[in-house]
Amino acid sequence: MKNNKTDFIQGNIACVEGAIVAGCKFFAGYPITPASEIAEHMSERMFQVNGTFIQTEDELSSIAAVVGSSWAGAKAMTATSGPGISLMQENIGLAIATETPLVIVDVQRGGPSTGSPSISLQGDTIQVKYGSQGEYQVISIAPSSPQEMFDYTIWAFNIAEKFRTPVFVMADVMVGHMREQVEYPEDYNELEIFDRKILDDPDSTEGRFLSTEVAPMPIFGNGFKANVTGSTHDEFGWRNVSDPKVMDNFIKKLTNKILNNKSEIIRTEKEYMEDAEVVLLSYGSVSRAALETVHTAREKEIKVGSYRLVTVWPFPEKEISKMSENVEKIIVLENNLGQIYPYVRSAVDGKAEVELLSPSVLGEFFEPNYILNKIKEAK
Amino acid sequence: MIYIKKDMCKGCGLCIEFCPVNILKFSEDLNEKGVYPPEVTDINKCIECENCMIYCPDFAIFLEKGGVKNEK
Amino acid sequence: MLKDIEHPLQKYIRPGTNYTTCPGCGNGILAQSTLRAIKNLELDFDNIVFVSGIGCAGWIPSPSFNTDVLHVTHGRAIAYATGVKLTNPKLKVVVFSGDGDLSAIGGNHFIHAARRNIDLTVICVNNRIYGMTSGQAAPTTPKNSKTTTTPYGNMENTFDLSDLAKSAGATFVARWTTYHARQLTKSIAKAIDKKGFSFIEAISQCPVHYGKVIGMRNDAPSMMKEFKSKSIHINKIDSLSNESSDDKIIVGELVNENEKAELTDLMQSLRTEVGTDG
Repeated sequence: MKNNKTDFIQGNIACVEGAIVAGCKFFAGYPITPASEIAEHMSERMFQVNGTFIQTEDELSSIAAVVGSSWAGAKAMTATSGPGISLMQENIGLAIATETPLVIVDVQRGGPSTGSPSISLQGDTIQVKYGSQGEYQVISIAPSSPQEMFDYTIWAFNIAEKFRTPVFVMADVMVGHMREQVEYPEDYNELEIFDRKILDDPDSTEGRFLSTEVAPMPIFGNGFKANVTGSTHDEFGWRNVSDPKVMDNFIKKLTNKILNNKSEIIRTEKEYMEDAEVVLLSYGSVSRAALETVHTAREKEIKVGSYRLVTVWPFPEKEISKMSENVEKIIVLENNLGQIYPYVRSAVDGKAEVELLSPSVLGEFFEPNYILNKIKEAK
Repeated sequence: MIYIKKDMCKGCGLCIEFCPVNILKFSEDLNEKGVYPPEVTDINKCIECENCMIYCPDFAIFLEKGGVKNEK
Repeated sequence: MLKDIEHPLQKYIRPGTNYTTCPGCGNGILAQSTLRAIKNLELDFDNIVFVSGIGCAGWIPSPSFNTDVLHVTHGRAIAYATGVKLTNPKLKVVVFSGDGDLSAIGGNHFIHAARRNIDLTVICVNNRIYGMTSGQAAPTTPKNSKTTTTPYGNMENTFDLSDLAKSAGATFVARWTTYHARQLTKSIAKAIDKKGFSFIEAISQCPVHYGKVIGMRNDAPSMMKEFKSKSIHINKIDSLSNESSDDKIIVGELVNENEKAELTDLMQSLRTEVGTDG
């Protein structure tokens, strides 16, 4: 653990230090801009903390090794960018299906395809939600600063462990490569660190999968005779690929495990929302511009508030719906062409006007003045 | 002693083919799977080589060494 | 009475499972060879993790072996197994893979695991065809074979998987056929016991989908007799003329190295050296 109180570090480095505080003991990754610093720093740090680092042959094997490691009992993670997420998707599906706790950091870059490795884009918001085949739910967290790369990586591990599921940390070039002062905890012992519930007895008749209360995990090497498969299965891992009722139970338990616990998972941050007429709704690095705009607007006595999604998935539709009852207009700020915008519109359902605002040039920082002008136009 | 779990047999014939003393043949009666499982013709000729057991893909035939007897 | 008497390997079989392979499939023979090797080594079955991917071979350990089994995506078993082994090196980790799973979609993981010399045992069931999807050509399908995706004959060259493992750095490589079930048992035992990347290539019969290609439809006995007649032990290879060796299956223990450092050992040394606040 870091004993100094603060560090002036990159978001990517803060992410590694947060992971170590959370108890991460395994990292597998493949070099990719703009996430490589995470692998590089992990390669140095993991062996210092009795952990394991491996640079795999590709991203498919990174996520596969992370899943294997988690089943062998370690808190494990990988980090990549959009192209790597694309390659990982099939095995992310297996992690979801087998209820494997792990953390995936996506330092997003421009796309589609090879795109622009060093230009920021919130291009993977939907791909992490629906990129793998089938019907499922994910948890994703969008940090907006190096400090949050530290704090939210710890939190990501905690909810991954608690809900036995993959959790995405959705950074981008701006947050990953930005250097800022990061404050470390005063007392590491006071941090809340959550460890997964492990099956306690090989003879236990308790289910090992598919509980909305989260089933205890039959970690390998303990005589649990774990029967783990990505195929449709029941509470004990028994495969059944022919009965629709078994598939119905499989999908609904996996999704409800997350949806029934939304109140515990979802976090939003509100600034000046009490009397806001116009709301800037944002997530991730864009939230910095939103906040800056709100401060400027308030100086000019324009009633603007900031509503930030810290967790993007599961989507806080109830919270947004409620919020929209008291405002005139919601401007959805995204550094893309509107990936959560349809979700916001659906949640608001006509109770307020909803408009999308992308940066004038995709990939550039949102200019607070540009946002402010749009607000003035709207008024 | 050779044991044959008749209903586990899928009738591939590997045990019959690789019995060095030719004491296995397809029986006359169909099993649950609708195939003819093997039967032992002369257990006294069994040399306990275990070929029938190790070549059976279905764990359907096995033997206990030390004294040969056909299990009915 | 018969109900009370169990197969000698029954204790390794997960209650409630049985082998659902096609008649005459080599999978069951290889399952037995593996379990007999484990029995002979007197290993604690709870200390072995089996990882397998997609294809018929994936069903050898999963769900039938009564220990921890991880059944994963097509081609990736070795990558998953790598994570298991690195995290808990005390576990013996055994991968079952078919020739398509291992050398087509998963070929990259195969060569890199061998290169790293990580302590895994990989058993490849090479039936030279995609059996599960009913008989398409694989990287191991012999040239000119007519399969469901090579109706005019296979134009491509074939992979020699054992050579590939050897070149990539495996410390133990053995090739046998299902006819050599006894030799397989011995080699699998050596492979599991050996610290380092071990590869077992088991040439196996698919009487349904490869049998039809070579005129031996549903005829496992003929296919295995052909394995017997075509096999030649590595120690006798020099006596063969080039002309006749093309058609032969070279069997035996092809690599058995003892000097090469193993990855989990190297990592443990590194932890001791650089560890601070573990």
